[in-house]
Amino acid sequence: MRSGSQADAPGAEEGGLPLVITDTIKNAARLSAISPQARRAGLAVRLTLADARPRIPDLWVEEADARADMKLLEQIAEDCDRFTPVVVMDGVDGLLLDITGCTHLFGGEGELRKTLMGRITRAGIHVRGVLASAPLSARALVRHGRRSALMPNGIVPAGQDEAAVRPLPVAALDLDDDTRLAIVRAGLKTVGDIVDRPARAFSARFGEAMTLHLRRVMGKADVPLTPLRIVPEVWVERRFVEPIARTEDIEAVLHELALEAGARLAERRQGGRAFEASFFRTDGAIRRIVIETGRPMRDAKTLLRLFRERLDALADPLDPGFGFDLVRLSIPAANALDAAQAGLDGRALEEGEVADLADRLSARFGEDRVVRFLPRNTHNPDRAAEAAPASFNPLTSAVWPMPEQDEPPLRPSQIFDPPQLIMATAEVPDAPPRSFLWRKVRYVVRHSEGPERIAPEWWLAGSDARTRDYYRVEDGEGRRFWLFRAGSYEPGKKNPDWFVHGVFA
Amino acid sequence: MKTVKLEALREEVARLERGSSRVASERFPLGEESIDAALGGGLTRGGMHEIFAQTTADEPNAAAFAIALCVRASEKKPVVWVRQDFVSVEAGELYAPGIAELGLSPDRLILVKARDGPAVLRAGEEAVRCSPLGAVIVEPWGAPKALDLAASRRLALAAGQSGVSLFMVRAGAKPAPSAAATRWSVSPALSRALEADAPGHPSWQISLMRDRAGVSGRNWTVEWNRDDGVFTLPDRYRKAREVTQPRGAGEALAGAVVSVPAGGPDHAERLAG
Repeated sequence: MRSGSQADAPGAEEGGLPLVITDTIKNAARLSAISPQARRAGLAVRLTLADARPRIPDLWVEEADARADMKLLEQIAEDCDRFTPVVVMDGVDGLLLDITGCTHLFGGEGELRKTLMGRITRAGIHVRGVLASAPLSARALVRHGRRSALMPNGIVPAGQDEAAVRPLPVAALDLDDDTRLAIVRAGLKTVGDIVDRPARAFSARFGEAMTLHLRRVMGKADVPLTPLRIVPEVWVERRFVEPIARTEDIEAVLHELALEAGARLAERRQGGRAFEASFFRTDGAIRRIVIETGRPMRDAKTLLRLFRERLDALADPLDPGFGFDLVRLSIPAANALDAAQAGLDGRALEEGEVADLADRLSARFGEDRVVRFLPRNTHNPDRAAEAAPASFNPLTSAVWPMPEQDEPPLRPSQIFDPPQLIMATAEVPDAPPRSFLWRKVRYVVRHSEGPERIAPEWWLAGSDARTRDYYRVEDGEGRRFWLFRAGSYEPGKKNPDWFVHGVFA
Repeated sequence: MKTVKLEALREEVARLERGSSRVASERFPLGEESIDAALGGGLTRGGMHEIFAQTTADEPNAAAFAIALCVRASEKKPVVWVRQDFVSVEAGELYAPGIAELGLSPDRLILVKARDGPAVLRAGEEAVRCSPLGAVIVEPWGAPKALDLAASRRLALAAGQSGVSLFMVRAGAKPAPSAAATRWSVSPALSRALEADAPGHPSWQISLMRDRAGVSGRNWTVEWNRDDGVFTLPDRYRKAREVTQPRGAGEALAGAVVSVPAGGPDHAERLAG
């Protein structure tokens, strides 16, 4: 079963003035939405404001704010997440909810629809809602349908989608203006009129897409819904009649949910790679906390520990307000994970412990702050090592070039990004500097080696990148630096700049 | 009865104070006989060792000394390095190819970038509790308020319990009372120049400012031999060359040496103050 619902403009005009929303359409301020009161007063959408004013002098005019509308719809969509995880935004004023398998939690379809519509109505929003078997039939009915005996209480009985859709005007098919005009000119007024004719004629004239859409509206072809949020592989939740607010209670619930989710994952021989805890506050606010792990896992204790780390580290703590009435734990990503084997060798266990540590640290400090280094096959020193999140890259033997026997380190242990400009004095061009000034300190070079010429990766850096001549130098106190000269000396040109790129051990 | 209990408790406290545990007495040698002899066989595994950069500019040398100690202590096991962001701004970011050239393969290194002092301590403690690690390097910048005697005790205790050696690299800070087993001060030393006057192997002036178990106030000029993973004394080569000692070895450091005897924090505070 799917349900469609549509929200109207806020109806806060009770006893006040007729409210109209205006938008600039075709170079004129036109009414884009009107309140029932304004409708009763004889106004209509698309009328220009200039025409409306003489008819009703006392108008409450607001300008349309598409972003605020979108935000409101997003908020409602978020709120609907408590009914089903599959919520899809439909245009600027509609939502599609896939409530398959969710109705029993609310005491049936009718109750669910009532609860859902009640929540939105209480927020001061006019809403229409229809439940039908196919998403597009529900959508067509909610947008173009009228009350009818075919759908008592806004619910289309199973298998009756086609019958319910037939009386709808052709506009319910969402055709483009030309097609609609062509069909209406042919004397076809309702969806039923089209259905009664052979589909071939329409495909030939208007294309396959139209007939497919028609079949979908009638509930004869399914349509894939792309929900706002990833539909979790596994999700478990707890609802509370008495909202919970204490930290201990929240942790106890998380633990229960973790156990339940772990059991579900074990059945599927899977482990979660990401876990999301959603806390639904009684006032509609939702807080979500996501934890990602390097390896698939389903151990409730470890999971709870990760959540604790994250909850502790939150910059703005979990504010229960008047309490949470729903806590959901969902696993949006899972991988195969076989039952723990008793005969695991000690090394694997230890590796697991280190991976767990990386996960815990990532949960607390952020994935981009817990990194390991991966070698890159490039001669460009800036890109020779990549820092990658440790939790997704378990420690394995990446291939690092082996230093040559008896060679001192040829690369610094620490580098500056970007390299730092220094004032260098070189005796002759193409020689290491005699001395240089860096951070207001003068260093006199005693020993040096170079140049090691490193050409820029022009395919990445662009054509203005210059060749670098690198030197390893040591000053009189034993400080060892990695310097380079960008470009070379050329007569008649500005002398090339010198940089310190790194410091040796 | 009561006295017996008290005795047992005292012993327990003393044991904890030493930062010792099941693996406490184990030591890892530095690979140079004379230094190991002075240290009584090496540094405590599962102990906390402080490595001060003598001046702020010496941070790369202190960090590299810590890397060398990690190579000695970690036995090819994973190493976690917790570093405050500002250290990388000031002294440069860790560069994996260079670290590899010091003998610590980057594929067993996990770097934790911590925003501030308290985060460094927290991550460091979490890491040092993980016994499969070979070593942990903790590197705050300056002297964060959170790093007091109690915090350093916590770290030392955690290291003692897990048996993971902890190296705390300190730049821009003055030594303060702590629970460290040893305290070092590191500055660069002239390397033995190679052919064609090229700068040589990593060389440092290291000074043992404090050793809970032995005699403090020793100085060495060491060279790090990455190929064999040992420290060596290059002095005998150096004598052949006409190079003056980089710094008045004993005199420059004398003022910085702080001894904190096992007489309790009060005593220590007074001496260090």
